[in-house]
Amino acid sequence: MSTQTAKILMKGNEVMCEAAVRAGCKFFAGYPITPQNEVPEYLSWRLPQAGGVFVQAESEIAAINMIFGAAATGFRCMTSSSSPGISLKQEGISYIAAAELPCVIANVQRGGPGLGNIRAAQSDYFQAVKGGGHGDYHLIVLAPSTLTELYALTMNAFDYADHYRNPVMILMDGILGQMVEPIVTEEYRPLFEPTEKDYILDGCKGRKPRIIKTLHLQPAEALVEVNRRLVAKYKRISSELKLCEDFQTDDARLIVSAYGITAQVSKGAVLQARSKGLKVGLIRPITLWPFPEAPFVKAAKTAEKFLVVEMSNGQMIEDVRLAEQCLRPVEFFGVGGGWYPTTDEVLDAIEKSYPA
Amino acid sequence: MQTGTDNETRIVIAGFGGQGVVLAGNLLAQACVEEGKNVSMMVAYGAEMRGGTANSTVVISQGTIYSPVVVRPNIAVILNTPSLEKFEPSVTAGGLIVANQSMMNRAVKRGDLKVMMIAATEIAHGLGNVRVANSVILGALIAATSLLRLASLERAVETLMAQKKAALVALNLEALRAGFAACPS
Repeated sequence: MSTQTAKILMKGNEVMCEAAVRAGCKFFAGYPITPQNEVPEYLSWRLPQAGGVFVQAESEIAAINMIFGAAATGFRCMTSSSSPGISLKQEGISYIAAAELPCVIANVQRGGPGLGNIRAAQSDYFQAVKGGGHGDYHLIVLAPSTLTELYALTMNAFDYADHYRNPVMILMDGILGQMVEPIVTEEYRPLFEPTEKDYILDGCKGRKPRIIKTLHLQPAEALVEVNRRLVAKYKRISSELKLCEDFQTDDARLIVSAYGITAQVSKGAVLQARSKGLKVGLIRPITLWPFPEAPFVKAAKTAEKFLVVEMSNGQMIEDVRLAEQCLRPVEFFGVGGGWYPTTDEVLDAIEKSYPA
Repeated sequence: MQTGTDNETRIVIAGFGGQGVVLAGNLLAQACVEEGKNVSMMVAYGAEMRGGTANSTVVISQGTIYSPVVVRPNIAVILNTPSLEKFEPSVTAGGLIVANQSMMNRAVKRGDLKVMMIAATEIAHGLGNVRVANSVILGALIAATSLLRLASLERAVETLMAQKKAALVALNLEALRAGFAACPS
């Protein structure tokens, strides 16, 4: 497929796939689950066309461990699933984070807990951001709110993964995955100068063997050292990579905060509130980890209140409270289980929360 | 005809699985692309099955679309009676229902809606294939509203069907035009 300057209609799941292929993804393994089934469907033909390999694995656990292998051998690689399937992958994700290998993991979130339903949700925020697997590790977590942004962030995800040698999660939801919109499929432009992957297992003829492992028994301090290295890396990522959209916050008395599709819906509500004369702004975190605290700290100096909107029972709200250091009251609008807000409902919540 | 309270037109297309509600949604969305309009389309992806009800939704706007989810459509394109039962109550006051008369065993009950009945299945049958009733009703929808130009929809048929369903392009173009012509002015 050549570069399109014209807009073409694509479904969110396909948008992500096309971006991945163009960013040089050469291996995908996954197991079917709604609402992300267009991902394996699209990559099953598109990836081989681009010289890559597609595997429908026997399980989510097999798929994530295939990603471990592909990343260890130096290939840009990706897996995707939806909430219950992402839970199954957690052991592998912890291992990949421990081995400091780059890969991209997409979670097209659906209703939970349990097997839940297949409607859109944002109830996996804690799992994505606080670590769903064991051990002290972080994923870089990206939360696109439109298909154009999904396209760009998917490409960036591969760059961040390689640059920081860290797994990156694209945290989507069933609406973003299923909606069809016109997009321009821009050519891939790397964010960083490519560097040689000096850790990969590609045959040790003529050089010393390399070992990638996550078990560190001897000496006793070995694992502590690994953890110190991880801490240093996470600090570096935190200082370099905090992405956020600040929308009409300068004079805002009420700050709405949301991510993903909920942020896009909330932005529509903020504009409606503005047209009614209410001073409302929006802070939309784009990286959920590292979480962009600065805009909240700044807003807390002038705004009187925050309102967090999520398709969950309230998860990101905890990070908002930490970020604004409990200087202002933070209210919540949302519930999990496949509920999603309309702009009218968010507007209603804004009017109820608006400071007297 | 002016539809919608803001600059947004929210459409639901509903019928039995197999009646082409997904293709109809895709065609409308592609026609918007042809005209440079913003559009967001979604297909209900519940546990749909052949013979069950299915629907797709299309939001069209000159401005930014903030939500692809349609809760209160201002246009409902209805291909069978169960879909009328389901969506008649949700259409906004003053909105439009375009219904397939051939598959309807009751009239629209609400008095605050514009209603256009079109014998889409019969017209499609006359063209030699009942499966193009979706294109017939799209043609009628375009004639009844100033939403999109017929030529854009024709180009959409060519864009979306030329590769995999080339044999059906001519028939669908004919169906669009027949529906457009059949719309009572």
